[in-house]
Amino acid sequence: MNVAVCVKQIPDPATPGKLDPSTNTLVREGKLIMDDSDAYGVEMALQLLDKAGGGEVTLISMAPNNETSGLRTALAMGAHKAILVSDEALKGTDALGTAKVLAAAIKRAEPDLIIAATESTDGYTGTTPVQVAELLGLPAITFAKHVEIADGKVKVNRQTEAGYDEVEAPLPVLVTVTAGVVEPRYPSFKGIMAAKGKPVDELKVDDLGIPADQVGPGGSRQEIVSVADAEARKAGEIVVDEGDGHERIIAFLEQLKVI
Amino acid sequence: MAVDRVWVVAEAFEGKPLSISLELLTAARGLAGTVEAVAWGGDVASYAPTLGEYGATKVYDVGDVGSGLPGAPVGAAMAGLVQGGNVPTAILFPTTYDGRDVAGRLSARLDRPVLTNVVGLEDAGGLTSEHAIFGGNQVLKAKFSGEPPGIFVIRAKSFAAEPSGGSPPEVESLPVPDLGVSGAATVLQRHVEERTGPKLDEAAVVVSGGRGLGEAAKYEMIEELAKLLKGAPGASRAIVDAGWVPYAYQVGQTGKTVKPTVYLACGISGATQHMVGMKGAKNIIAVNKDQEAPIFSIADLGIVGDVHKVLPKLIEALKAKS
Repeated sequence: MNVAVCVKQIPDPATPGKLDPSTNTLVREGKLIMDDSDAYGVEMALQLLDKAGGGEVTLISMAPNNETSGLRTALAMGAHKAILVSDEALKGTDALGTAKVLAAAIKRAEPDLIIAATESTDGYTGTTPVQVAELLGLPAITFAKHVEIADGKVKVNRQTEAGYDEVEAPLPVLVTVTAGVVEPRYPSFKGIMAAKGKPVDELKVDDLGIPADQVGPGGSRQEIVSVADAEARKAGEIVVDEGDGHERIIAFLEQLKVI
Repeated sequence: MAVDRVWVVAEAFEGKPLSISLELLTAARGLAGTVEAVAWGGDVASYAPTLGEYGATKVYDVGDVGSGLPGAPVGAAMAGLVQGGNVPTAILFPTTYDGRDVAGRLSARLDRPVLTNVVGLEDAGGLTSEHAIFGGNQVLKAKFSGEPPGIFVIRAKSFAAEPSGGSPPEVESLPVPDLGVSGAATVLQRHVEERTGPKLDEAAVVVSGGRGLGEAAKYEMIEELAKLLKGAPGASRAIVDAGWVPYAYQVGQTGKTVKPTVYLACGISGATQHMVGMKGAKNIIAVNKDQEAPIFSIADLGIVGDVHKVLPKLIEALKAKS
């Protein structure tokens, strides 16, 4: 069985983000890392492959530069290879443009299953995976908290507002997984060394047959009008607990007539 | 482009429109002369009058999507309408599991971009959306520059729902075209998990736990507190990622937006990811042992202390009062 996992390389979320004042797009300089949200998809793919008794996990990623450090993390976990669409022209590409690029790259991997996170940590648009499915003419099951493959079908427990739904679809299919559903493995030393030699196929937008006007700011057909500071919320009273912290909370709740 | 006609994707559950559906209808009413709704399920006719009360003059009824997930059929049905020449200025979607699916499908079918995580809308020489960025410290405004319809996916609680007293709308049936294999995802069984108390994004009191709880078992304290305060339990991303509680509990950028009367943050440091989802609360109480935790910069009452000491006493005190 072959699984394609969409992986996004993002600036470390622990460092404060900023916008480029001239374009109002997110500054993505410095080292990029694999989005934590994608570690669950990579782990899920590896576990499904084990159960299926073999196959390959191909990572699918795009970046405006030829960044691979995040991909190497996933390769070190055990993914077999990667396709990286790396092109300066991709700077400022929106969710739909991203979906077009990913869909074209995924086609090359000919997967039975495509896995993505429900949303990225930095952009969190949350529509890209379903756009990919639509562009590929495939079914999609989003917000999976449990995934099984059997008899050419995927069976998913899909998170809902009320609980969860058991949903089934024939392969090939796209599934988005929520965080926390599996425990991503840490890359072993052996894995890290092996990752250095694993193939990363670098492609340009043109290689995928996607017209240049479908990506970048032009393809996004949206503009940022302004960025302004939000109304600040002031800090209130901060007290150190001397064994009476709970009493302060009770008094506050009483004052608000909540209790 | 003037805002002429706006569609609202009005999701419902068990025969009742979701609160966010009514919020979006109210918002649409303030922007456009004509508001129309799109709904699905076998019982649209029964709740269509409610959609009318909040401003919809017409409801496009996609009908029962059977055991399929709504994303593909509803997206395709809407795309068919637009491609047939019925083009609204904008379409407002709820940020829900199914709402995002439908928006993504429609976007790809029509080749129109999306603007998501919208928290405000205004007509300023064309429809302009507001987005909270960097933990809600900044507000970004954006608009579409291409052909309509503009597809906006909006977060809950961005607008207050207010009825307009409108009459029952006309209900028009909207056919679903042949989907081929893209509509092949089938729901075999629905599991409703019994939950007592209010829903997370509608509760007047939200009690959330974070990494400071130390271990998954301690989340019980959060659930007990939420119950005692007739509120809902929530969580930071850190403990959802760690698998302690399901994604549905997550408050924040990649989770739910909540605006309760009281938000009690326990063992949550206040990453920007979390704050953007809860800083709209009327009152914030934080308990954290780290005095430098960013959550204290927005808390109305901050207790610098150990959640393992403060919360058990708080639970006992609340029990004694009830």
